Amino acid sequence: MAVVFDKRQHANTEKKILNAALVGNPNCGKTTLFNALTGLHQKVANYPGVTVERKSGKLIDTAGTVYRLMDLPGLYSLTSRSLDEKIAADIILGKSEHEPALDVIIVAADATNLGRGLYLCSQVIETGLPTILVLNMMDVAHKEGIKIDIDLLVETLNIPVIPAVAKNDIGIAELRDALVQLAKKEIKPGRPLIPIHETTANDVLTPLARSINENNSESDKPQEQLAIQARYAAIDKIVNLIISYPASTKSSLNDKIDRFLTHRFLGPVIMFVVLSAIFQTVYSWSELPMIWIENMITGLGELVRQNMAVGMLRDLLVDGVIAGVGAVLVFLPQIMLLFLFVSVLEDSGYLSRVAFILDRAMARIGLSGQSVIPLLSSFACAIPGIMAARTIHNTRDRLITILVAPFMSCSARLPVYTLMIGAFIPPIWFGGIFYLPAFTLLCLYMLGVVISIFSAMILGKFVVKGQISNFIMELPPYRIPVWRFIFLRVYEAGRTFVKNAGKIILSITVILWFLATYPRDEKHPNSHRIDQSYAGQIGHFIEPVIKPLGFDWKIGVGLVTSFAAREVMVSTLGTLYNIQDADGTSIGLRQAMQQDINPETGKPVFTPLTAISLMVFFVLACQCVSTLAIIRRETNTWRWPVALFFYMLILAYSGSFIVFQLGTLLGFT
Amino acid sequence: MTLDDLNPGDEAVICGYANEIEDEIRLLEMGLIVGSRIKFIKNAPFGDPIQIRLRGYDLSLRRNLARRILLSEPVSTS
Ligand SMILES: Nc1nc2c(ncn2[C@@H]2O[C@H](COP(=O)(O)OP(=O)(O)OP(=O)(O)O)[C@@H](O)[C@H]2O)c(=O)[nH]1
Ligand SMILES: [Mg+2]
Repeated sequence: MAVVFDKRQHANTEKKILNAALVGNPNCGKTTLFNALTGLHQKVANYPGVTVERKSGKLIDTAGTVYRLMDLPGLYSLTSRSLDEKIAADIILGKSEHEPALDVIIVAADATNLGRGLYLCSQVIETGLPTILVLNMMDVAHKEGIKIDIDLLVETLNIPVIPAVAKNDIGIAELRDALVQLAKKEIKPGRPLIPIHETTANDVLTPLARSINENNSESDKPQEQLAIQARYAAIDKIVNLIISYPASTKSSLNDKIDRFLTHRFLGPVIMFVVLSAIFQTVYSWSELPMIWIENMITGLGELVRQNMAVGMLRDLLVDGVIAGVGAVLVFLPQIMLLFLFVSVLEDSGYLSRVAFILDRAMARIGLSGQSVIPLLSSFACAIPGIMAARTIHNTRDRLITILVAPFMSCSARLPVYTLMIGAFIPPIWFGGIFYLPAFTLLCLYMLGVVISIFSAMILGKFVVKGQISNFIMELPPYRIPVWRFIFLRVYEAGRTFVKNAGKIILSITVILWFLATYPRDEKHPNSHRIDQSYAGQIGHFIEPVIKPLGFDWKIGVGLVTSFAAREVMVSTLGTLYNIQDADGTSIGLRQAMQQDINPETGKPVFTPLTAISLMVFFVLACQCVSTLAIIRRETNTWRWPVALFFYMLILAYSGSFIVFQLGTLLGFT
Repeated sequence: MTLDDLNPGDEAVICGYANEIEDEIRLLEMGLIVGSRIKFIKNAPFGDPIQIRLRGYDLSLRRNLARRILLSEPVSTS
């Protein structure tokens, strides 16, 4: 080991860049530490398995040494096996090809669960790399009355040990100092805890276990199991020396909360109420701010129209950019509200309880509670949801979860739902507690869930082969959400949404404006001109295919463009209606849609039935290139994303077809 | 006796694993070794999985797995 270290010392004097990795058990606060050290804002939340890929950041000390710090997925042991754990283990063990050799490893351990943290730490020490141990969550340990003899721990392990409260930036300065010491080569590799090879099986097994083992013949027990036992036994001995627990353990606040939230009857009821309340609230709380933004945007359009010279540029700005991008920006409050609720759920620890409650139901459809968090995350966006499936141990479950995640209604569908519901679903209350528009929204979410259940069952029975899953999951303690982090995540979600509106949506809108404005035949009155434009021609070309779903050509154009990103549907309608109504005064998109008359039939283009048919299409279709790309990456083949795309398209078409035809038959027009 | 036989509030000590258990390594690495003291906290609302406490943290696992974790007689019962 010493030789390795010397070589590194030599290299360091030249490059002055040190590679460090942060490892530790899941949910012990690694990412919180990482963010505090680097100033970055990677996702932090209160459940095991938040970080599922390697993230890196930099910090520089006063001497100018650059530390390249990697935040890794959590793991219990270097021999762990699920994909996210393997990513971390491979980097630590130097098996990862693209990663530079590490100079130091920072092990984070939860001070309230030191034994398990030391288990991993002792393995890391044995790699021979200089190691720093951070004892995080010292605030919780303190509150619980746990006393840790840090000096004795330092002496035993022969590495720096730093007590910390990462979320309050306590211990961060000391950790930086330890890194500086490392750069000065003051940290040597730690002392291996146990000479594993010397422990024999008999030392670690209790007489009872030995007797069981004797029945099953001693040699059956593979060496690996015995080695784990031996390591834990050695660690438990140390832990007993350095930690003193409080005498009495009273029933904690945690258990009191769980008495309600995972109660036999109340638990599922509360879960249902919480989740449906979120969707209702996302709808109703955002109504007012949306109207403000909408008024601001129409006002801005009017202002530009009145103050600019008549011409192409003015039309492009007013009808293209402001109407199109503006139509999407209106939904900013909703996106932010949705992320606010999701973040609070994630950071409170409740999500893991939802997984705990739902495991039984998931077992019925051939999955496990481990799929719950990836699927719930997909309500915000399928991409992180699909990535989160890396934490699922069972490969069969993981694949099925990835393939059904796109059915969860993501935030990009929300603008389309809200636009349609706001314009065509009457705002009435029924049954005392249900607000029809919000209830409609809830039904759309439920439709996605039902279809995903159905698809998971089909996939599990006939398509994806493999072992039936198991379920082993840590339940984190409840924590009061850290508002600073929640605020940051909501802000980040809003920023991404606006940035996308500025990039993807703006460019598509500009292209669309040209297609919808030219060729410009001055013979026709304004409102007919758009029919003759390129966009109109394309729309009319596909109209026969979508007519049975109740869609006219403008929706058809929207359907085509929305395959770039779902919310482009809204900007497309915004642009098309603004060009069509160019000579009228600016009115909101909702009103324009409500007033639109089909020139052939003389009937409104949109009815509540068309709106529902369109929303059903959006629930079921996979109109998201990024989702398909991420599925390709995670499954390593094009077969799954291509199959999924067509499966979802067929479902969407049939779903809308049934809704519209059945609705028409029953007289809902 | 197995982990599956405990009632909420019971505590017992692990004395081994049944032979044909799949996730033994994983459970061992999470600290469920021979000699570990385990407290049975509760059943999930639909009866499965169960919630147990050991080493100061809570873990949930399914009954079919709990049935393969062998225990010595309960240390304390409620
Ligand atoms: N009380 C307390 N909570 C903390 C502390 N550090 C982090 N947390 C909280 O612990 C939870 C987990 O933090 P993360 O940083 O996401 O943990 P992680 O180790 O990166 O988790 P994974 O990526 O899932 O492995 C979050 O809710 C944090 O707010 C601390 O020092 N004290
Ligand atoms: Mg993390």
